[in-house]
Amino acid sequence: MKGNEALAEAAIRAGCRLFFGYPITPQTELAAYMSKRMGKAGGVYLQAESEIAAINMVYGASAAGKRAMTSSSSPGISLKGEGISYMAGADLPGVIINVQRGGPGLGGIQPSQSDYFQATRATGHGDFHLIVLAPSTVQEMTDYVYRAFDLADEYRMPVMILADGMLGQMMEPVVLPEPKTEFPAKPWAVTGHKGERTHNIVNSLYLAPERLEETNIERFERYAKIKATEQLAEEYLVDDADIVVVAFGASSRIARSAINKAREQGIKAGLIRPITLWPFPADAISAAADRAKAILTVEMNMGQMVDDVRLVVEGRIPVEFFGRAGGIIPTPAETLAAIERIAASLEGGAR
Amino acid sequence: MSRVVFERPDALTDMQFSYCPGCTHGIVHRLVAETLDELGIEGTTVGIAPVGCSVLAYEFFGCDMVQAAHGRAPAVATGLKRALPDNVVFAYQGDGDLASIGMAETVHAATRGEKITIIFINNAIYGMTGGQLAPTSLPKQVTQTSPFGRDVDNDGFPIRVVEMLSTLDGVALAQRVTVDTPKNVRAAKRAIKKAFEYQVDGVGYTIIEVVSTCPTNWGLSPVDALQWMRDNMLPYYPLGVYKDVKADGFANVAEAATARAAALAAGNAPASEGGEA
Repeated sequence: MKGNEALAEAAIRAGCRLFFGYPITPQTELAAYMSKRMGKAGGVYLQAESEIAAINMVYGASAAGKRAMTSSSSPGISLKGEGISYMAGADLPGVIINVQRGGPGLGGIQPSQSDYFQATRATGHGDFHLIVLAPSTVQEMTDYVYRAFDLADEYRMPVMILADGMLGQMMEPVVLPEPKTEFPAKPWAVTGHKGERTHNIVNSLYLAPERLEETNIERFERYAKIKATEQLAEEYLVDDADIVVVAFGASSRIARSAINKAREQGIKAGLIRPITLWPFPADAISAAADRAKAILTVEMNMGQMVDDVRLVVEGRIPVEFFGRAGGIIPTPAETLAAIERIAASLEGGAR
Repeated sequence: MSRVVFERPDALTDMQFSYCPGCTHGIVHRLVAETLDELGIEGTTVGIAPVGCSVLAYEFFGCDMVQAAHGRAPAVATGLKRALPDNVVFAYQGDGDLASIGMAETVHAATRGEKITIIFINNAIYGMTGGQLAPTSLPKQVTQTSPFGRDVDNDGFPIRVVEMLSTLDGVALAQRVTVDTPKNVRAAKRAIKKAFEYQVDGVGYTIIEVVSTCPTNWGLSPVDALQWMRDNMLPYYPLGVYKDVKADGFANVAEAATARAAALAAGNAPASEGGEA
């Protein structure tokens, strides 16, 4: 199955019954699949007039207590930023797919990871976070979007799948999950009070600063719980590694190939692949920083996640960056060369 | 025995309105609430508050309420109505919200024939931010950001919203009313009630524009503001029904659109659509 189609099918199996999209390369197959499939699943597919409208339709559908999703690629995600901030402020669940392409501006249509900052730091205005999941295979596209709806409902916040054009367009075999049949109750949803309760209000406006601060504090207490319990990372050959490569999504696949080649040369390299970009898997990286001699981040951008790695490592060991931008996927050979350079400097040092 | 002849509608909460003295938001809120009461739909209705003076409408209406981003109410309403097709969904919007920042959402919800009701308050000014030029401010109208009067060479022309939307096939009812006299208040109530009835019956998208005042930002007393509205706004924004598919003999917007397409194809279009006068 194509990555974009796997995302769509898994979302439907997770109980998503409202999808609002807008055409943009390289995620359009997702919307096309939804347009064919959603009606048969008893749901709603609607092509919105803009990405802004699409995310606000998700806001409305989520306010009604339904599982809803939108998807786009980088420039479109910028447009959704306003609505994502409102969803965070109103504590609404929802799933947003970003099949990234190179930027800034109109950029290009080739795969990229240059929206890491946007996804983990500043998707919109105000103090808030998204849970951000980064798949590296079509199977993970399937599994993570399926999980994303549960996380969104559990923590009442938007969840983003940060994929890229390579994963979206790639075809791989997939085991699809069983359709979900049970969903959490949402007593806060606006479904009409039917004379049985006072009115529910979905809102992000608090004119009294003390009250607004309270909502922020409550939200950050939830974030603290998420940081403590939801960090996920995959580790590969990390235990004895001198050089730990940190890479997510498509670039982790290239890093893995380079690590295998490095091992053949006797360089002890390993991989930490962050699965949750927020919460950032600080625990796994911090533990590695106590054992390894150096860290290399490999990214399809000019160096974004490397900042988070450095914050965790706090100068204990050197943290280097290798990346390609503009929609260029780094090759295993040039990634291996980056590992070799670090290995050489470690040997040449006074360790 | 005493008899209650006038009381607060059930569909309004006990919250005190935050509106300025003489502002017509209060009257229109009441008309919407009376409609929810009379149709017995408060319990199945979800309302949407905009950004603007009526942002706190979610505190005032007793039905379930959602606050939307500036201009996005029609998109939020679309998501709600598609999620809850058996519920009633209305959005309450001002002129800056609906006709400036939210015009794309407005036009597309209308042309899709979303079965929602829009209550559109047109007072030709941005009220909440202190009286700036609005998309419906009149030529030569002085505002904080048109201190020498609206200059159409620079600022362009005001938008006649219900006239424009009445050209779209998804629109079931587009009507302009005002609430300056008891007679007009009663007419406005009938229009609002009809809009909600059309929604309940699945006829199509409905919008009621209420030509309103802003005594505070117009710098006029409430009474003078109503007179200024009559003298200046009503000639530019004439009251009336601009589209009513049921009055035209159709059950819903789909039937009306089919008939219109056939008339256009047969060359029987009215002069306004390029046909022979």
